[in-house]
Amino acid sequence: MPLIQIHDLTRRYVMGTETVHALRGVTLTIERGEYIAIMGPSGSGKSTLMNLLGCLDSPTSGYYELNGVNVAHMDDNDLAEVRNREIGFVFQSFNLLPRSDSLHNVELPLIYAGIPSAERREQAVRALTNVGLGERMHHRPNELSGGQRQRVAVARALVNDPSIVLADEPTGNLDSRTGEEILGLFEALSRKGNTIIVVTHEEDVAQHARRIIRIRDGLIAADEVNPNPRAAMKFAAGGTSMVAA
Amino acid sequence: MTLFSEAKESAFIAWTALRANKLRAGLTTLGIVIGIVSVTLMGTAITGLNDAFRKSVGNIGADTLYIQRFSWMTSETDWRLSRNRKELTLQNVRDLDRLVTLCSAVSVDSGGNGTVSFGRRQARGVYVAGNDENSLTVRGLSLSQGRWLTAGDVQSGRPVCVLGSYLADRFFPGREAVGGKVKLNDMRLEVVGVLDKQGSAFGNDLDNQIVIPITRFSQDFSRWPDLTITAKVRDLSQVDDAREELRGIMRKLRRVPPDMQDDFAINSQEAIVAFFNAVGGTIAAVGLFISGLSLFVGGIGIMNIMFVSVAERTKEIGIRKAIGAKRRTILVQFLVEAATITLGAGILGILVAWPLTLVVDKFLAASMPWWLVAVALLVSVLTGVVSGFLPAWRAARMDPVDALRAD
Repeated sequence: MPLIQIHDLTRRYVMGTETVHALRGVTLTIERGEYIAIMGPSGSGKSTLMNLLGCLDSPTSGYYELNGVNVAHMDDNDLAEVRNREIGFVFQSFNLLPRSDSLHNVELPLIYAGIPSAERREQAVRALTNVGLGERMHHRPNELSGGQRQRVAVARALVNDPSIVLADEPTGNLDSRTGEEILGLFEALSRKGNTIIVVTHEEDVAQHARRIIRIRDGLIAADEVNPNPRAAMKFAAGGTSMVAA
Repeated sequence: MTLFSEAKESAFIAWTALRANKLRAGLTTLGIVIGIVSVTLMGTAITGLNDAFRKSVGNIGADTLYIQRFSWMTSETDWRLSRNRKELTLQNVRDLDRLVTLCSAVSVDSGGNGTVSFGRRQARGVYVAGNDENSLTVRGLSLSQGRWLTAGDVQSGRPVCVLGSYLADRFFPGREAVGGKVKLNDMRLEVVGVLDKQGSAFGNDLDNQIVIPITRFSQDFSRWPDLTITAKVRDLSQVDDAREELRGIMRKLRRVPPDMQDDFAINSQEAIVAFFNAVGGTIAAVGLFISGLSLFVGGIGIMNIMFVSVAERTKEIGIRKAIGAKRRTILVQFLVEAATITLGAGILGILVAWPLTLVVDKFLAASMPWWLVAVALLVSVLTGVVSGFLPAWRAARMDPVDALRAD
């Protein structure tokens, strides 16, 4: 059974008197363990697709089955539960809670999942150590570098052991070297069997994935296997080496 | 998510949010503090008033009935209908005393104001009581010196008197008052007894009084005195029966035809209590309403600031929702935050109101019982929950995509 099955998914927005057709019927199947890049210029509908994939939004019509469950017409609260269980988000602007330290930020999904506090702490510490931030657990986001913040976000995305890691322009706010670090982290995660979907408009970033889906005008323009995924450059203190097996 | 960890997380969020905006939280709190202070002070004043009233009424005694021409609680129309009623007479008192079975004693009471002098010392505005031999027990008085009026004193209208403790101290400081001669207006009287210290009731200083036989009272002090017949009920559980018995006897004595209404009234403490409860209840309701307004204004302040807080933290709400926070979780988070502010304000308000109560107590009876503290804290939490609800609801219903897009 594929991890994600999408059939003829559409999403329309009504803005004033105008109706915007952001997605016009997307059909897509994603298997467990894939590393996918979703590409497209701004306004192509790729963000809409990401929001739908991430269960942040509901489609106007169509079918979306995630891990065997039809989530297309779930209500707010059920979607929240699905997001909590199945999806780990990594955002362009990190989206950490500014007043909480790394540990608490990573613990948050577990709090919402109702995990008891001792177990929660243990898992969060492990997730932070896995991304190489074991020493920075009690730093707040403004005490961390951009790369470190994104790694906290990755740790938060992974702590619940979700079905998908969904990254929206994960390197957009990072310099190229730190960006490579994060992409290296994704590669390592992918090798470990995680399903990763990266939404980006940068060809360079997309080339790291093993499958590239191109969106244009709300439709899939191309869906191809990347024959030679680029490997992230390795740095002495880089991300790849930090992902414990 | 369990309720406990939810509450814990909410409390933590509330705490960090408040710490991040100390001044703002402080200023918002001020509104609630003022509200809680005014409500609490109003509460202490009302309970103080109630206590003071109960103490005063306690002096009357629940077992005492007052037969008078007029009811204590009459409307103007009632009064117009009843003002032509016949006076009560001393003969009524004697007959009642003879016929009644459910009362242990019946006495007569009449009052006025006069000037009492001893040598060159003078006391104006002294309460003059015309009593008989039974009045000591019926009025619940006690003597510190000498004796009370005797039946003989009353029958023959002897020129004797019993002094209140204040008058006795003033005229005979450190001396035996009994045997002394004082003058009430132009009447010469011999002091036969002195009352114990009584305190005051309904603003009357009971120690500033002089008691003379009712016969002498109606002869030399007041020509047609308005008499009150005071009856002490033998058994408290039979107050109603005693009242009926007195009523029957009085109707017979005054020859009231069966189809006519009573031409007298039997008053009791109960009537005052009922009247006070009606009036006091209104005062309390109005007072609490007015002071509640300031709490309301404070609540609006909280609502306002919570709307600001929600708007400012739209992004945070988006993040939390993306990570899996449900509507209820977000709702609880902001409700807890609002309730934390108002609970803090409530505690502060009580800390301010408590010393103020002690100050007020110097002028006016006031007390802050523990239940009032509990109520005040409950009210402040409730204010937070109520005024935080709309902002929290708005936060809970936010669309995660829109919320994440906010800066």
